[in-house]
Amino acid sequence: MKTKNLADDSFKIIVFVFSFSIIAMTLIFFYELWTGSYYTLKEGLSFFTISRFDPVGNVYGVYPEIYGSVVTSAIALLIGVPISLGVAIFLAELSPGPLRSPISFIVELLAAVPSVIYGFWALLILSPLLSYKVYPVILKYLGFLPIFRGPISGATLLTAGVVLAVMIIPIVSAVSKDCLLAVPDSQREAAYALGATRSEAIRISVLSYAKSGILASIFLGLGRAFGETIAVAMVIGNSPYVSGSLFSQGATLASLILNDFGDSFSPQFTSALVEAGLILLCVVFLTNVVARYMIGRLARNREAASYI
Amino acid sequence: MKFSRYIADKVFIWLSFVCVIAAMVPLASILYYVTVNGISAINWDFFTQLPPPPGFQVSGGGLGNAIQGTLILVGLAAAIGIPIGVFSGVYISEYGNNFYGRTVRLLGDVLVGNPSIVVGVLLYVLIVIPEHGFSVKAGSVALAVMMIPIISATTSEALKLVPNSIREASVALGVKRWRTVLLVVNNAKTGIATGVLLATARVMGETAPLIYTVAVNNFWYSGLSAPVGYLTYYIWNYATSGFQNWTSLAWGAAFILIVMILVINIAVRTLTRGRQVRV
Repeated sequence: MKTKNLADDSFKIIVFVFSFSIIAMTLIFFYELWTGSYYTLKEGLSFFTISRFDPVGNVYGVYPEIYGSVVTSAIALLIGVPISLGVAIFLAELSPGPLRSPISFIVELLAAVPSVIYGFWALLILSPLLSYKVYPVILKYLGFLPIFRGPISGATLLTAGVVLAVMIIPIVSAVSKDCLLAVPDSQREAAYALGATRSEAIRISVLSYAKSGILASIFLGLGRAFGETIAVAMVIGNSPYVSGSLFSQGATLASLILNDFGDSFSPQFTSALVEAGLILLCVVFLTNVVARYMIGRLARNREAASYI
Repeated sequence: MKFSRYIADKVFIWLSFVCVIAAMVPLASILYYVTVNGISAINWDFFTQLPPPPGFQVSGGGLGNAIQGTLILVGLAAAIGIPIGVFSGVYISEYGNNFYGRTVRLLGDVLVGNPSIVVGVLLYVLIVIPEHGFSVKAGSVALAVMMIPIISATTSEALKLVPNSIREASVALGVKRWRTVLLVVNNAKTGIATGVLLATARVMGETAPLIYTVAVNNFWYSGLSAPVGYLTYYIWNYATSGFQNWTSLAWGAAFILIVMILVINIAVRTLTRGRQVRV
């Protein structure tokens, strides 16, 4: 027997309305940024190909910023993902019991540090260290590679990438650690039974089993790196160069938006900044949807640990 | 076993340990420099005075307005964000076992990773431009927009940890569905509080969304429709200024901020053992 109940129904409606706020927020994000970039959207693809962002001449292109965002994110993944995987493997497979929870605790704290403090630390401590001590050594031995061409600037794309690498370690290592922990023991036992060493068992049976989860964690890291603003803006130099060398200054989409704050004097200028935001939104939204979808499928398949 | 395989195994294990060290060095370095440089910048004036003019031999002045502003912005954001986030999480966990519920959950998870600058740009378009001015209002809404998905996700995770037997027992006793849900919420209140506190700590350290919505004000709080100062702005602006007294104040601000955030994080994470929610 099903009876109508006013209190039950109204409670359900109330929580439904609150939950709809998430859908509404998503729609408002896309709608507002789409309509807000009206003036530059109608210029079409030139926004992506022109390398001049010139509000006075009313010419807007963010090619150097896209280049900067892609390059810094790529560096972040190249450096950050192997370290994160090492951390995840250590925590899930190798760590002696008593070390496990303190180490995960410390890695989680890395996620709690505000990005402006990363930027501050990178600007005053890391950047001078890299530019004056580390990069000259790289230049000396690897200078024949075009990506390591001098002169070394005080603020470089490479430094921004290194800071981003540090910032993506917590999310990438935490999510891939959970995926490694969700691998059933029968996988490891099978490998050991065939005579594998510990490292071989991890490589053959654990990592390959957790492949899609690890890929999802990398996507989440990519989203973080691509959208990170303040820490990058503090160390990248904010000059729209496309020189090909990692030792030169650069700019990213996010740092462009940040640095032009408050300067906007025309609807076209605002529109260009909003379109840069729209690109960020779309890229990060897409990477996150892919990552969450993959994680969700894993979790449904085997009731793995909970992820956000 | 061949010797080369033995060596490869050892190398692999040591490499992963080296990765752990590599991940911890930056945190240690940040905490060291912020503490050493920050403590020397903290004194009574830091909490009670307004920002000083820039200079190399100038002393005095503080960031009292920034501490006030950060607390006001975060407080207002929490007042908006917590109820919306918690109720939305209740829906996802208790009523959301359908296509709509799964969509809300997925979109919420995706919004957690949304770049903070994009939130700033959205509120800039939505509030700052129509009202022709930066305001505390716009800034706290921006922070609330960042908090809602986090709290929604952590709340629904916390509620899922409540054993089904509690729901079944309650329904079997003839308790109404909504009273049952409140009972479940009551059971998960530690977990929900954890998520709320972590979300608060997270937005406390945000800069990019506030620069686009609050701008800054070097004086004390003067109403919802005016700008205000906040710690992260001064860290960003003073760190890049190059003036000695400003840099020192930036270290002080970084120290205060990191202490507040780490205290929340450490307290929450040591008090709640077991399954953790990730923000």
